Order: sequence, then structure tokens, then C-alpha cells
Amino acid sequence: MDAILLQILNGLDKGAAYALIALGLTLVFGTLGVVNFAHGALFMLGAFCAVTLNRLLTISTKIKDESVTFFDAYKEVPILEAKFPTWGPVIVDYSVPLAILIAIPVMLLIGLIMERGLIRHFYKRPHADQILVTFGLAIVIQEVIKHSFGANPIPQLAPDGVAGSANVGAWFGMGDNIVYPWWRLIYLGFAMLIIGATFAFLKFTTFGMVVRAGMQDRETVGLLGIDIQKRFTIVFALASVCAGLAGVMYTPILPPNYHMGMDFLVLSFVVVVVGGMGSLGGAVLAGFLLGILQSFASMTEVKAIIPGIDQIIIYFVAVVVLLVLPRGLLGRKGVMED
Amino acid sequence: MFKPSALSDWTLFILFSAAILTMPIWLAPLGANYPDLMQKFAIFGIFAIGFNILFGLTGYLSFGHAAFLGVGSYTAVWSFKLLTMNVIPALIFSVIMAGVFALVIGFVSLRRSGIYFSILTLAFAQMSFNLAYSVLTPITNGESGLQLTLRDPRVLDAAAGVAVGRSLPSTNLFGLKMSGLPGFYICAVMLIIAFFLSMRIFRSPFGMMLKAIKSNQTRMAYTGFNTRPYLLAAFVISGMYAGLAGSLMAVTDPLAGAERMQWTASGEVVLMTILGGAGTLIGPVLGSAIIKYAENIFSAFNTSELRQIFDFMPDGLQQVSVAVSSMFVGEAWHFTLGLTFMIVVIFLPGGIMEGFRRIGGLFRRSDAKAGKVESSAAAAHS
Repeated sequence: MDAILLQILNGLDKGAAYALIALGLTLVFGTLGVVNFAHGALFMLGAFCAVTLNRLLTISTKIKDESVTFFDAYKEVPILEAKFPTWGPVIVDYSVPLAILIAIPVMLLIGLIMERGLIRHFYKRPHADQILVTFGLAIVIQEVIKHSFGANPIPQLAPDGVAGSANVGAWFGMGDNIVYPWWRLIYLGFAMLIIGATFAFLKFTTFGMVVRAGMQDRETVGLLGIDIQKRFTIVFALASVCAGLAGVMYTPILPPNYHMGMDFLVLSFVVVVVGGMGSLGGAVLAGFLLGILQSFASMTEVKAIIPGIDQIIIYFVAVVVLLVLPRGLLGRKGVMED
Repeated sequence: MFKPSALSDWTLFILFSAAILTMPIWLAPLGANYPDLMQKFAIFGIFAIGFNILFGLTGYLSFGHAAFLGVGSYTAVWSFKLLTMNVIPALIFSVIMAGVFALVIGFVSLRRSGIYFSILTLAFAQMSFNLAYSVLTPITNGESGLQLTLRDPRVLDAAAGVAVGRSLPSTNLFGLKMSGLPGFYICAVMLIIAFFLSMRIFRSPFGMMLKAIKSNQTRMAYTGFNTRPYLLAAFVISGMYAGLAGSLMAVTDPLAGAERMQWTASGEVVLMTILGGAGTLIGPVLGSAIIKYAENIFSAFNTSELRQIFDFMPDGLQQVSVAVSSMFVGEAWHFTLGLTFMIVVIFLPGGIMEGFRRIGGLFRRSDAKAGKVESSAAAAHS
């Protein structure tokens, strides 16, 4: 029982990352009709926003090491900690959450540039061309990051206050067996918040209403005198912020490296297709569902029955879903029909 | 580049064969005439030709073709381990095995089209890749890759009384060792056969049917054609090509690893086909040769060499040039690849072959114009 609950938590956590990336992916597809293979690269760029901020905050200087008394020793200390001993260390400690503040404008800008500079020219081209050009872009972004940060993963630390584990079981009076890292719980909550905010934004604001109308029937909205294109561009930027924030918060869980975007991209694409192209609810549902399925499949008891199931479960489910429900779980009629 | 009327298929075929067979001679000035690289040209040429039969003719974009390449490699190595070091059985078994895999995967994947088809093939390829790394380790030897050992049974070789030496035997064609130039020539012969078959397919009624599916599948269905058997046949054929390429990889270097099946490897063959020109005969071969050649050239550079090249510049400028150019070469050559690829897709969707055609078109048009002017001038005189 405890093991099952733990796996559900694990699955929700993994699913949260899939859902966040898939949400942006499907949002872009639903509005602009573009299949964006560079979306994983945006996730990776977000993660490297956190790395960059951490590097900036810990620019170090040499100061005398007072603990060594019999000769002059120097140690490297971040300027921030040396100059402001009271709050400097706290800032450095909280570099990952703080990176959110940096990531939002940066990702917004990257999204805008990407849409205006490249994606815009591919609305009318076949999906195959869109896939190919964004695939090329993903390679380029990946190589730029590799060039500037190196090929090795760069571990990032969660703030000390939440570095340990939470005794989740005790909260619900179920014994002390269910222990789960704090940061993963925070990630789950954060993902829920972002997903909720996106849905609320689309549901309850005028802007969101116009965007939803545009997703239904772009031409009519245009005839009503609304510049739907501009709004869709903003949606693209918002989707890239979504992916970027998912990346920032994921850094303490998975040390960022240059190919993490590609790794997540394939899975998120499967998630989007299982959920139904262009369906926001479907993407979130499928994300959590596949995450949970994957963590159940990696339980030793399950693996003993069907060896290797943990490696293929997501793809297997995708194949089955696509064959049984061609539009995915919550796909709408008329989207991507042949 | 060549319309059927401009140059007959047979001329094209003979020219192509001659060019491939004389590669060791005319590649010498480019510094690319060593067997290793030429083998790669031929092998990836076969892979891309096969991929082009599916993508170029039917427009179905498969993102999982590397799986068949991997299957071919594994089958070939197993044939070397169990039966004989002769390459003929290895080639035959690999093609058959890849064909069987393609039949199963294609049967399921072709129920959907468009992006769903791409995702389905991608899912199958990733499944094969993950399985090869984990559960199928007894067959694939997991991360370290499948290799030959001295203890392999090699039933047929043993029956024929081939002595087992102290070192690992090398692959051979009835005694001719498959390393160096002979290795290249078997790849080259296979490439020529592959090219010939693909040419026949392009010109056959079957090929026409595939092109018709690409231009309008719904209309094909309305005229009463069941398109799926044709698509499946194309998928299986292109899978077999990939299997052949995979087995040739094992022939020239008898080991097989799972990384050959990864989806980035599938992406690579897509790049090659697009760069050369999807749907053309020569394009895929050209694209794969260019990418492999560029990979060879670009990835060889390192910083000290760059510094030497820019030695003539003043100090500051030299540093800047080295820094800038090091973004494109050496380990970072994928950056160049990605960039080239984007540029090709944006400006030249038909690939290099379309570029040739456009240039050719320029000349032809100006010729025609000149002719018209002359004739009108003649008419005025008369």
C-alpha cells in the first residue's frame, strides 16, 4: 500500500514535467497549427537560465582564510557572501527559485523572437517541413548551449530549507513509511499552479476568450476585426515561458545537460498525441497518466512479471491509444484529420 | 536534376555506377579516398535511398528508420557468430529480418498518417532502442554492444574446417577479407544494386501509385484503390534497405550497438534525404555523402589547428576568428549541420537537387529567350 502511494507520488511528479511541456506544445499546435520540435530546447533553455543565474550569483573573489593561522591561505568566496554576510548566502541558496524571475522575461523574449523570426514563415508549409526546420533549430540551440556550458551535467541545489524529505505519511496518519523529497513536492505544486494559471488565463480573461475563439475558427475571429495573429504570437511566447519554468524548477531534480530537451521532447510529443493534438486538458491528463503508469511499471514487483516493461510502457500505451482512439484521449474533431 | 527525357535512365545508371566505382580515384584530391569514409558514403547512401522510397514517394515521414538499421546490424553480427564469417548469409538474413520487423511495425503504424504516423514510428523505434538496452541484453549485449568472441560456434565455418586462429577472424567473401578497399567495393556494389532497384521502383506502375498517394490519398481511395498494401510494401522495402545498410556496417566493422537505433540516428537519415532532395533518385546519395564528408572534415579540426589557419591575422583578430570558427567545427560540428539543415528547409525545400534544377532552369530560359530573339530577328529580315 505504502509502495503504491509512493509510486503515485513519483508518477505525479514525473507527469507534472511531461504535462507542463506538453501543455505548451499542444497550445502552440492548437493556435498556430505548428508542430514545434524545438519545444524541448525551450525546456532546456529554462534550465540553463537557472544555471546562469547561479553562476552570476556565485562570481567569486579570493579572501583570506582566517581559519588557517600559520600561513597565509586564501579561499574563494562568492562576492555576494563576502560583501553581505547576512543575506548574501540566502540569495545564493535560493538561486533556483529566484531564477524563475529571470526565466520569465528571458523565455518570453526567446519565444517572441522564435515565432516572429522563424515559425511565422512556416504556417502554410506542410507539417513535415515544420517538424524538420524546428528539429534543425533544436540541434542549433542544443549545440550553442553545449558550446557555452560544456557537455557535462551541471548539478543545481535546492534551497537548504527544503533539501530534505517530507514525512508525507505522517500528515495523513499512515505511519512513517511514505517519505518524499520536499523539492519534488514543491515541483508538483508549482506545476499544478502553472497549469491552473494557464487554464484560468484562457478561460476567464478576454484575451483567453479571443484565443479560444481563434482556435475554433480563426477566420471568423479575423473578420470581426481582431488581430488574431498578434495574440497567437503572444500565446507562443507564453508556451515557451511554460516550458522554461518547467525547466528551471526541474534543475534540482535532474542536473541540466545540453541534451535534456531532446530527451523530454520525444516523451512530451507522445504525451500530446495520446492526449489529443490541440487539446489542453488532454495533454495534462495524458501527462499525469503516463507519468503514473511509468512509475508503476518501474516497481520491482511489476518488473518481475513483465521484464523491461518500465522501458517501453509509455510508447506501448501511445501505440495502443493511437490505434484505438485515433484522436487521442480528448482530441477534438477536425484537428489534424487527414 | 535529370528529367527522364533529358537523360535516359540507363545513361544515368551507367554514369552513377562509374562514379561510384571510381570513387577511390576521383576522391583523392578531396582527401576522402580512404576506405573507411567511402564505406560510410556507400552505406549511408543505401540507407537514404531506402528512406527516400518511403518519404520521397509517399510523403510518409518515418522517424524510426534507425530501428531497422539496428536490427540489420544485430542480425549480421549474429550470423557471423553462429554460422560463418562469410558476408553473404549475413546480408541475406539481415535484409529478411529487417523486412519482417518493418512488416510488423509498418502494419500497425500505417493505420495512421501525417504526424501520427511519425509519432508511431518514433514510438516503435524508441521501444526497440530501450529494449535493446535493457531486457534484450542476452541478444544485444546491452551497452557494450554485440561483439565477436573467440568462443563463437560458427557452425558452417567449423564444418568447412576453417582453422580458428588466436585472433578474431575477420569478415570475408569466400576468403577475401572485408577490410579496406574490398570492404568498400562490396558496399559500392550493394549501393549500385540498391540504386538500380530504386530507379526501377520509381519508374514502375507501383512507384506511380506511391506518388499518387503522396499527391492525393483521398482521391486514390475514391477511385477504388486500397492504398494501404502499397504503402506497406513501400515501408517494408525501405526497411529492408535500412537492414542492408545496417548489415554492411557490421560487415565493415563487426560489432553492433543499440545507439544505432536511437531516434537521433533516424533524424540523421531524414537530414540526408532532405538535404539531397527528397523524391529524386540521386539526391539521397548526394545528401548522405555530403553530410558524411562534412562530418569528417569539420569534426577533425581542433583549436590549435584553427589557430594555425588564422596565423596570418593580427593577434586580436586571430583570437576572434578562432573563437567564432570553433563554434562550427570539431565537437560542435552538429551546430553547422543544424544550421545548414534549417537553411535548406527554409530556402530550398527540394534540397540540393532542386538547387541544380533552378540553376539549370536559369540557363535554359536564357537559351530559349536568345533563340526567340534570333528567330524573330530572322523573321524581320525575311
